[in-house]
Amino acid sequence: MHNIRSLDTAVSIAAPRAGDILPLVAEGLVFEAGGRRLIDGIDLTLLPGARTLVLGPNGAGKSLLLRLLHGLIRPSAGRVTWNGRPADAGILRRQAMVFQKPVLLRRSVAANIDYALKVRGLPRAERNPRVAEMLRTADLGDLAASPARVLSGGEQQRLSLARALSTRPEILFLDEPTASLDPGSTQAIEQLIDAAAANGTRIVMVTHDLGQARRLADEVVFIHRGRVAERTAAFRFFQSPVSKPATDFLAGDLVI
Amino acid sequence: MVKQTTKRFVVGLLAGAGLALAGLPVSGPAPALAADDFIIVQSTTSTENSGLFKHLLPMFTDTSGIEVRVVAVGTGQAIKNAQNCDGDVLFVHAKPAEETFVAEGYGTNRSDVMYNDFVIVGPKSDPAGVKGSADVAAALKTLSEKQAAFASRGDDSGTHKAELRLWQAAGIDPKAASGDWYRETGSGMGATLNTAAGMDAYAMTDRATWIAFQNKGDLEIVVEGDDRMFNQYGIIPVSADKCPNVKADLSKTFVDWVLSAEGQKAIADYKLDGQQLFFPNADKTSG
Amino acid sequence: MQDFTDAFVLAFGLIATGNTDLVEIVLLSLRVSLTAVLIAGLIGMPLGALLAVARFPGRGGLIVVVNALMGLPPVVVGLLVYLMLSNAGPLGVLQLLYTPTAMIIAQAILVTPIIAALTRQVVDDLNREYDEQLRSLGVGWYDAVGTLLWDARASLATAMLAGFGRAVAEVGAVIIVGGNINHVTRVMTTAIALETSKGNLALALALGIILLLLALGVNAAVLAFRSDRLEAARA
Repeated sequence: MHNIRSLDTAVSIAAPRAGDILPLVAEGLVFEAGGRRLIDGIDLTLLPGARTLVLGPNGAGKSLLLRLLHGLIRPSAGRVTWNGRPADAGILRRQAMVFQKPVLLRRSVAANIDYALKVRGLPRAERNPRVAEMLRTADLGDLAASPARVLSGGEQQRLSLARALSTRPEILFLDEPTASLDPGSTQAIEQLIDAAAANGTRIVMVTHDLGQARRLADEVVFIHRGRVAERTAAFRFFQSPVSKPATDFLAGDLVI
Repeated sequence: MVKQTTKRFVVGLLAGAGLALAGLPVSGPAPALAADDFIIVQSTTSTENSGLFKHLLPMFTDTSGIEVRVVAVGTGQAIKNAQNCDGDVLFVHAKPAEETFVAEGYGTNRSDVMYNDFVIVGPKSDPAGVKGSADVAAALKTLSEKQAAFASRGDDSGTHKAELRLWQAAGIDPKAASGDWYRETGSGMGATLNTAAGMDAYAMTDRATWIAFQNKGDLEIVVEGDDRMFNQYGIIPVSADKCPNVKADLSKTFVDWVLSAEGQKAIADYKLDGQQLFFPNADKTSG
Repeated sequence: MQDFTDAFVLAFGLIATGNTDLVEIVLLSLRVSLTAVLIAGLIGMPLGALLAVARFPGRGGLIVVVNALMGLPPVVVGLLVYLMLSNAGPLGVLQLLYTPTAMIIAQAILVTPIIAALTRQVVDDLNREYDEQLRSLGVGWYDAVGTLLWDARASLATAMLAGFGRAVAEVGAVIIVGGNINHVTRVMTTAIALETSKGNLALALALGIILLLLALGVNAAVLAFRSDRLEAARA
């Protein structure tokens, strides 16, 4: 099977069995709302391994694409398959998503992680050590008993990410997780994402922050007006993007 | 599973409900009484509000071991409740309606228990000038001529029915002035007296309620002593033929006691402010 | 007004001496209204949460109906329950009329729509925030309802208090189905009605003051419990 590469013990995000549910294939995805075509025929295949960063101007359809792939919304046309199969409850349980604004339950920090594991049906004996491990990984150990909703923005997003990772997802969707965070908090989040990727979790992340894309991306998918304008390896994208919208975007021009 | 959360929630609520049911001491009949040894008496507000039952019932319970639960409502509602079999004994004051009740088979037989009388009360200033009259029909006629404010029960109670009979005797249809000087409160005797006191109106009440009433305000008795203001109370056991659920034995014990020399003396003994409120007359007549 | 002064003197006199009749009436009031509210909560909360989360034809209409039922007049509820429990009614055989149980039933019917409607609103608001996250975590609808109810517990406590306020203060329903029988079904509000009808305004007002203190006590207890235990839920 797969080679489980462990980092140091402090960041021991256990490895999933990546590949079982990948490749993720989207074919002819269309999403319409209010008479407008917001996703306009996207074909996309995600193989195991790489970290994919989704870029594009506001309103291009990046967040919608993530939700369509994750299965939170149904496409108006087209389909999403996982290793040839349509998504089902079992496949959903092997994914996770982190939202731009963390949605934390009104209970303690530890209970938020415990909740996600309970949903997965893990017995308490397995949950407790894993909660402790994730708290350590996300540097939230001291706050374990604090109400989650009174944490700072950066701490809330770390908890949200730790909760997503606690279920050991094979693929992790992130929708601008650091959009409203300070640099220190952003760095902590990026380190966690790095560690997860290193452990084999497939990363698909939307960002607005070009610097962040440079730091994290293996490849870039550039979305413009509900279509994939280009998909390029990261090092090439930032030097010489192929499409006109991406060129303008990188140049700092307004992309409409 | 998260089901546990749901479960915890439900268990918490159930535990709370259990506490509320079991934890608080249950108030009710004295423990010495068997659970079933009680009867329900559908009666009127005048007997309850005057304090008669508070005086009378403990004596009966002491001798018989039977608890008497009184539902005190207007005579109209009391009769209706009894027709629904929601009482073992009917104890009210509206003889014609009581006789109909028995004639229709809801009651076994009607007995006179006691009487008092109705009085007309009104403001001390007596704007209509009826004070001291012993002719109730003439007094009511004057009230209507002067358009003096009059507060009526308007609730189909025994007192209300008696009042309507008196207006009829005076040859007046007060309903024509309803909302004008004739005010129908649609409430019990006490509430109607509160209204009368509040708007300096005249009103008709049974004497027992009047003596016991604490909020007389500026009101006093202005008309009394007319034979037509006689107020007879009757008692009727609810028929077990119509209502199989009634406790016929227990209610018979109660009715017999009320009509007995002992019960009648107890009624005569009840005094408020040194005045006798009800006059037993069980042996005189029986229906 | 002399009545006001008398009322306060009487109220505190009654409390200070621990008048046994008063204690009995207060305890029955608490027992009836608290039980009714808990039963209403057991029905109203899941019902409200379902109305918030589930999507089915007629849902909008049902929400309007539940909201409208908040304005149910107590006398009408009392009358309906009386007609059901009367010996001439379909449930007469249960022999519940003129018992505290009948009063609990009437008040539970009165309070259930209040708790259901408030729960629906609270859970609906929370679900707007939670919906995507819970589905992303793979939470089924049944567990989602439990999670939403649990996480809304601080607001739901207020909904329960609103229900308790309605129950403990109403007289129209309990006086019809309870009959205001001394030592059996007499509660604070029916005692107040009785004393008013006797013209005993000061005593009626004194009982009213005690009822207010009672409601104050229950609210304070819940508030204390909330700030103590539910801090996590309020943020």
